Amino acid sequence: MTEQTKPEEKAGGLMKSLGGSMQRRTFFRYAGATAAATTLLLTTSCDDDDEVTPPMNEEAVDLGSGDVGILNYAYALEQLEAAFYTAVVAESASALSADEMMVMQDLKAHEVAHRDFFKKALGSNAIPALEVDFSAINFKDKNSVLQTAKTFEDLGVAAYNGAGKLFTDTGAGLDYLLLAGKIVSVEARHAAAIHDLISNNTRAYGAEMIDANGLDRAMSPTEVLGAASAFIATEINFSNLPK
Amino acid sequence: MNIFKIIQDIEKVDGEVYDRLASRRQAFSSFGSFGKKVALAAVPIAMGSMFKKAYGQSSNGIADVLNYALTLEYLEADFYMQGLAASGAIASENRAFFEDVRDHEVAHVAFLKSALTSLGATPVDKPTFDFSAGGAFPDWNSNPQTYLALSQAFEDTGVRAYKGQAANLVGSNEVLTAALQIHAVEARHAAIVRRIRGLKGWITNDERGAGMPVPTQAVYDGEAETMQAGIDVAAVSGVAAASVTEAFDEPLSKEAVLNIASLFIA
Repeated sequence: MTEQTKPEEKAGGLMKSLGGSMQRRTFFRYAGATAAATTLLLTTSCDDDDEVTPPMNEEAVDLGSGDVGILNYAYALEQLEAAFYTAVVAESASALSADEMMVMQDLKAHEVAHRDFFKKALGSNAIPALEVDFSAINFKDKNSVLQTAKTFEDLGVAAYNGAGKLFTDTGAGLDYLLLAGKIVSVEARHAAAIHDLISNNTRAYGAEMIDANGLDRAMSPTEVLGAASAFIATEINFSNLPK
Repeated sequence: MNIFKIIQDIEKVDGEVYDRLASRRQAFSSFGSFGKKVALAAVPIAMGSMFKKAYGQSSNGIADVLNYALTLEYLEADFYMQGLAASGAIASENRAFFEDVRDHEVAHVAFLKSALTSLGATPVDKPTFDFSAGGAFPDWNSNPQTYLALSQAFEDTGVRAYKGQAANLVGSNEVLTAALQIHAVEARHAAIVRRIRGLKGWITNDERGAGMPVPTQAVYDGEAETMQAGIDVAAVSGVAAASVTEAFDEPLSKEAVLNIASLFIA
C-alpha cells in the first residue's frame, strides 16, 4: 500500500475523539490494533494538544476538518477536473479526433456533476471557487491534453482510495464513504479510457498504477494536493484534515 | 494506571461498555491482577483481546465481506484462466489485456486469502464454476463476443459488489482501503472491456448495452440514479440526467450479486 497510518496519528485522532464524541466503531478501530493500544497507553495521560500547525498564508482557503474537510478536499479536486475538461471541450476540438472529443465531453459532464454535487452537499461549508493554473497545458496539442487528463484521473482514483478511511465511520460518514465509492469507480473508468486513447485503443488501462497485489494506488491528501498544486493557483490549507 | 482512564473515557460515550466486558468490577479486577502478574508491555495485548471479544462482531463482519469478495474473485480468476486456455475465446489483439486482467484477479484471490488468514478467519473454498450457466451460454469459450459479454458482466458486477460492502469494512482502515483499491482495478477492467465491445467505458442509465444477453440485465438494474444523498444532481448541475447516471456507479446488494454469481456456480 502506498501509505500507512502511523500509530501515533491514530492515537492523536483518538484523543481528539475522546474530547468530542467518540463513537463505538471508531474505538474498535483503535482497540483492535495492539500497536495503537500501546501508543494509547503511553499517551493517554497527556491531554495536551501538541499538534503543530504549520504557518499558513491568511489568504489560503481552509478545507476545514472532519467529514466537511474531506468533502471540501473532494470538491477541490472535482473543481480542478471540471475546469480542465471545460477548457478542453472549449479549446481542443482542432487537436482531438471526434471519438476523443466525445470522451472529453462525457468527462466534462461527469466532473461538473461531481463538482456541483459536492458544492450543494457542503452548503455553507463549501470552499469558494478555486483559481486554476493551466499555463503548463497546451490545449491545442493532443498529447498535452491527454497526458494531463491521465494525470488528473489517475490522481483522482488514488485520492478517493486514500480518503475513504478518513470519513467518520458512523452515521453520515458512512453515506459519504459510499458516495466516494460511487465516484471513485467512475474516475477509474475515466482513467482507463484515457490510457486507452493514449495507446490508440490498444487496450492500455494504466497497468503502471497497479501493484503486485492487484491494487490501484491510494494516496493521502498531502500527497495528492502536492501533485495537484502545480495546477491550482489558490493556496489551500489542508492542515486540519483528518489523518 | 492509565488503562483505567481509558475505560472511563469509553464509558462516557459507550454506556454499555461494562456490559460488553462482563461487569465493571470484573473489568477492573481482571486488569488489577494483570497489573500484578504481567509486565506493563503485555497489557495492551490483553486489552486488545478483551476488546476484540467485546466488539468482535465487527471483525467477523469483515471476514464475511472478505469471503464474499473472495468468491467473486475466484469466479473472475477462473473465468480468465479458462478463457485464456481455450483456443477460441479471446481474439489475439485482446490477449495481452486479458492476461493482465487474469494476473490481477489471481493476485486479488491471493491477497484476500492472506487477509482472511491474518484475521484468523478461514478462506472459503473455490466453488466449481460453469460459465455456460447451465447451457445458457454454450459458446462462452469458443465465441469471443460471448466471452466479452460475460467479462463485461463480471467486471461491472465486481465494481458494484465491492461498493456495496464499503460501509461494512470501516472497522479496519487497512481492509477498507485495500477493498477500494481492488474496486478501482475492477472499474479499469470494466471500462476497457466495454470499450472493446464498442460501448462507453461508463454505464448510462441502467442500460446493459448493445449485444449484452438479457440475463445480464440484473447487473445493471438500479444504475439509473440521479439523486445522490438527497440531492437532485441533474437539477443542481444542469448536466443531462443520462450523464449524471454515468457519473455515479451504484452499489449492488450481496443478495443481488450472489444471485448473479450463482448462475455460474455448478
